[in-house]
Amino acid sequence: MKMALETEYSPDADRIMAVSLGPQHPGAGHFRIRLWLDGDYVVKALPDAGYVHRGEEKMGEYRNYIQNVPHLERPVILDSSNILFAYSLGVDELMNSKIPSRGQYLRVIMSEINRIISHMYFIAIQGLFLGHTTMITWCMGDRDFWIDLGERIAGARVTFAYIIPGGVRNDIPEFAIEKGLRTCDWFEKRMDEYEKIFYDNPMVHQRSDGVGVLSREEAVAFGATGTVARASGLALDVRKDEPYSSYQDFEFKTPVLTQGDSWARAYVALLDMRESVKIIRQALKRLPQGPVRLKLGPQPRVPAGEAYSRTEAARGEMSYYIVSDGSPRPYRLKIGVPSAKNLRALPHLLRNVHVADIPVIYWSLNYWPVEADR
Amino acid sequence: MVVAERQKAGTFQVLVGKIDEVLQYAIGDPLRYLANWGRLYSLWPVHLETACCSVEVGAAAGSRFDIERFGTLEAFGSLRACDLIIVMGTVTRKLAPRLKLIYDQMAEPKWVIAMGACSITGGLYFDSYNVLRGIDDIIPVDVYVPGCPPRAEALIQGIVLLQEKIRRMPTLSGR
Amino acid sequence: MTEPTSKASEPAIPAPPQVTAPPQQAKVPSNQSSAAAPAAPNPDLDRAKDIADRITSKYPGSKLEWVKPRRLKVSVPSGMIKDVALFARDSLGFDHISTVSGVDWIAKSALEVVYFVGSTAPGQEGFVLALSERVPRDNPVVPTLIEVWMGAEYHERETHEMFGLNFQGHPDQSHLFLPEDWNDLPPLRKDYVSPGR
Repeated sequence: MKMALETEYSPDADRIMAVSLGPQHPGAGHFRIRLWLDGDYVVKALPDAGYVHRGEEKMGEYRNYIQNVPHLERPVILDSSNILFAYSLGVDELMNSKIPSRGQYLRVIMSEINRIISHMYFIAIQGLFLGHTTMITWCMGDRDFWIDLGERIAGARVTFAYIIPGGVRNDIPEFAIEKGLRTCDWFEKRMDEYEKIFYDNPMVHQRSDGVGVLSREEAVAFGATGTVARASGLALDVRKDEPYSSYQDFEFKTPVLTQGDSWARAYVALLDMRESVKIIRQALKRLPQGPVRLKLGPQPRVPAGEAYSRTEAARGEMSYYIVSDGSPRPYRLKIGVPSAKNLRALPHLLRNVHVADIPVIYWSLNYWPVEADR
Repeated sequence: MVVAERQKAGTFQVLVGKIDEVLQYAIGDPLRYLANWGRLYSLWPVHLETACCSVEVGAAAGSRFDIERFGTLEAFGSLRACDLIIVMGTVTRKLAPRLKLIYDQMAEPKWVIAMGACSITGGLYFDSYNVLRGIDDIIPVDVYVPGCPPRAEALIQGIVLLQEKIRRMPTLSGR
Repeated sequence: MTEPTSKASEPAIPAPPQVTAPPQQAKVPSNQSSAAAPAAPNPDLDRAKDIADRITSKYPGSKLEWVKPRRLKVSVPSGMIKDVALFARDSLGFDHISTVSGVDWIAKSALEVVYFVGSTAPGQEGFVLALSERVPRDNPVVPTLIEVWMGAEYHERETHEMFGLNFQGHPDQSHLFLPEDWNDLPPLRKDYVSPGR
């Protein structure tokens, strides 16, 4: 099978129209897609990223390991704990520190809460792009209950800065455990309603079934991760593949679908959230006693070495490559974000599709430009 | 003789000036008030997400905070129909010319809300090589909403402050 | 705007790799250094060492930088990275590109390019191979590995603009994240100082 950017069309210069989609348009902020159109069909599409490139990796070299925490969570503000989780794992690995088990459980709880917050935003906007206004209203409202829970635990609204090298920042208050269990119960019933009104909706099926199909081989070749890979039948889940931070204690499944289309990519998110609720409930019920973090100084010295740490963030595999030369600041800090890993699939999927399908395909990749640009 | 003519013309001009003033008080002010009142509760924001604060704008547009109660509609695609830019966070060097272009395409009167620490001073990214330290150099800002990111309530407060400013706007044309 | 250009050819998707299973019995590596006390047997570490052995024995110039459970970094001499990459993809099952990075070793006057490759082969999912090559700082040219891992295209573009590494054979090395008018050193080089500092 041959896969190429060139199309079956013979590019007749008079027929092809070049259109710039973005960076200001209702579909995608801070991102541009350059399109070449033949009538209503997309002949070729090239992504133009970088509108939110803030130089996080260079900034990381100017700050010490603790000062790096707040700015590193900004790229993925929807999923702020998971991007810090991978960073903390990397620093822990370099410092050879053993995290107390209560800290490990709290890390898992916060990470799963963030996964739900991120997926809720994803589904909400997917509903908006499909013309399904109920979904954005419901999901944006319901998402705030999870943000509330995170706020009870960490103290901030979306930028939790909760998972730090050496553990978590503070202990969970007693009433938050009860609130968390109640939220889990309520949310499970709520997800059944989402399924009825959104995923079983004939309109949604018509607009997203078979739109933007990514096969398993393509997903492997492009290096796709997360929801994109799992919707294409590629069972990649770092939580299962290398159980970090006591993920081996919990019972959960990795949802895998095989259709590989936009509908499946949105549905995997819902299945993910069901597993997240299960994990949160188990962790809250079995929360061990003890300290939640190790004592680190304000400027911890990290031994020289290299670490490559990975976590399963909401969008996929989040990875850090940290090179330390023994000084208080990292020598090199590479953030491997899932959005950038899934970006290669976009020009491939946006070929020979209708213009009206562009938002659906684009957003179903769960691409968050702020994260990809870093 | 020349002086007398000049005095005559001067008196005439003063008279015309007075009429202008009278007209201003009699017709202009109520008209301005009416026009500004009409602009107050139908602010159409441009759909321009510049960085991560857009998440909180999304939350503010959601069903819990429901920003439409305060007379701001949801983000809109067409620039010609918009009169408000909410700059949601960091403006990078690549985005800055586009932001100016978008602002220039909008019809008068138009207002700008700088949301988040990044769009006010650069915020956390003060030492980044690709981030502007505040958007004041590119476009004039009416209301600053600090925070990193500001809560949805803070954004609502910013909108209310902007409406107060529009209500007191001195001229009919906007600027 | 330019009219659409068609690329000359893009590589075909590689066939799913046939991974030869490593020997099942826990093999004690011979090059165990003095640091490791006889700890509990770690099958992940043993398997990573086994993979490293297979690369270093096939390509004698290559060197194992470090090995950890499920992680290994192998540096190869210049001009050999493509062969090693093909071997890693087709025989060792490392077919899923994770990310590409660079490191500026300014004290040694070298630039390093590192490919992080995961695996989808059954039983080897959590393993990450880091393939690195060091090139001189004044002439940083490496071959592109798009033919091996297609997903490396944008990662290589990013590494090009951030470090000034030239990927020979790359179809498009224009700026991906930096502004179009960027007229300075590549920002992640160590001698580039951020204007705020």
